[in-house]
Amino acid sequence: MLELRGLIDAIWGLISGLLSGLGFSPNLISLIGYAIIAAVLFGVVALIVLFLVWWERKVSAHMQDRLGPMRVGWHGVIQTIADALKLLQKEDITPKAIDFPIHFWAPVITFVAAFMVYVTVPFGKGLIVSDLSVGILYIIAITTFTVIGLLMAGWGSNNKYSLLGGFRSAAQVISYEVPLTLALLGVIMIAQTLSLGAIVTQQDTIFKWYVWRQPLGFAIFWIAATAECNRTPFDLPEADSELVAGFVTEYSGMKFAMFFLAEFVNMFTASVIAVTLFFGGWMSPFGPDFGPSWLWFLGKTLFFVFVLMWFRWTYPRLRVDQLMGFAWKVLLPLAFLNILLTGIGIYIFD
Amino acid sequence: MVSEFTAVAVFLLVGTGIVLFTFGLAKVIRPSAPHPVKLETYECGETPLGTAEIQYNVRFYIYALLFVIFDVEVVFLFPWALVYRSLGFFAFVEMLIFIAILVFGLFYAWKKGVLKWF
Repeated sequence: MLELRGLIDAIWGLISGLLSGLGFSPNLISLIGYAIIAAVLFGVVALIVLFLVWWERKVSAHMQDRLGPMRVGWHGVIQTIADALKLLQKEDITPKAIDFPIHFWAPVITFVAAFMVYVTVPFGKGLIVSDLSVGILYIIAITTFTVIGLLMAGWGSNNKYSLLGGFRSAAQVISYEVPLTLALLGVIMIAQTLSLGAIVTQQDTIFKWYVWRQPLGFAIFWIAATAECNRTPFDLPEADSELVAGFVTEYSGMKFAMFFLAEFVNMFTASVIAVTLFFGGWMSPFGPDFGPSWLWFLGKTLFFVFVLMWFRWTYPRLRVDQLMGFAWKVLLPLAFLNILLTGIGIYIFD
Repeated sequence: MVSEFTAVAVFLLVGTGIVLFTFGLAKVIRPSAPHPVKLETYECGETPLGTAEIQYNVRFYIYALLFVIFDVEVVFLFPWALVYRSLGFFAFVEMLIFIAILVFGLFYAWKKGVLKWF
């Protein structure tokens, strides 16, 4: 009934037929196809982020026994669009002392890096733009570009507080990058493939989900991903009482919006990777043909995003030394232990 | 000519293009009223003292160094993990020794007090 892949194939059949009729070469037609898909996916990601911002405000509000946005549309659904339109119109107050190229390109890099992950994410059965054979490695590499964006924002603002804020954010992100990657290695050892589409296909039923075989790996991954997204309890770079606004002090208007959107895209990415690698991706618990696959994917991912939001209002914030100590002294040894146990486990049980 | 990475290149270009288009759109829409006070660097309302290239603690460098070392180790671990099941027990022990050497390095850094943020 909701067979998205069939629909997309039909539409693409029409478009490519029209283009080849006009005399375009096959290579150019594929390029145009990819460009259309990129624009559509950008729209989808933007819509998801719009929804997530509203949902975050509602979830935070209800957890704090209040209502959140209620006026702008039904229960405030249009609030995010209103905010986006407002940010579009805000004056771009950038100080004279900034290093313009670095200051300008930092939000672009941060957002594009966050967005490019979605090339290889399986949204449903047959719904991957490009099932890269180096899927997980590609995603890890691209998400590391965020660090460059942070450092550029801190340095390019030519502001002591931005610089320190950028350094601290970058130190936090790279410290949690290592246990995150090591935790994913456990899944790779079991799945023997880096491609996300293949990993989802291997998790046919709920008993084959990798979270049962890698509980420690999932725990390490989830904690490290929360820290990567700068979410509580690891959100010291965002705490307004520290270092003003951190590295985004000198950003206003649309550039600030890009950092903000990039953070929500990263939250969604963390949930997407958790769902794809540990919880079966678009597979329903009963097998691949039980209902619309993209709906299962969306449901599971939104659940994990909800967990991230839930964390925010449950746990107090960690101090910066506790934060860094935790990454290097607890998570990293646990991640190595996970690899050791996975290695031994594969020999014993397979 | 169309490899699996063509999509990646196209995504990069389209993503950057759309972001730049949004910036351009904002530039057309928003007001622009520069004023000397607005153009000052922010330092909690005071005039900024000194340049922004302040001295910062060496621990940032140390964390970056540790990250590079362990990231390179992870790069070596990736191909090993990928073909793990078709390798013998010898490969497991060999990689364990490699990880052990680096864990020993981490332990040494820990004992030396380098991992403390104080």
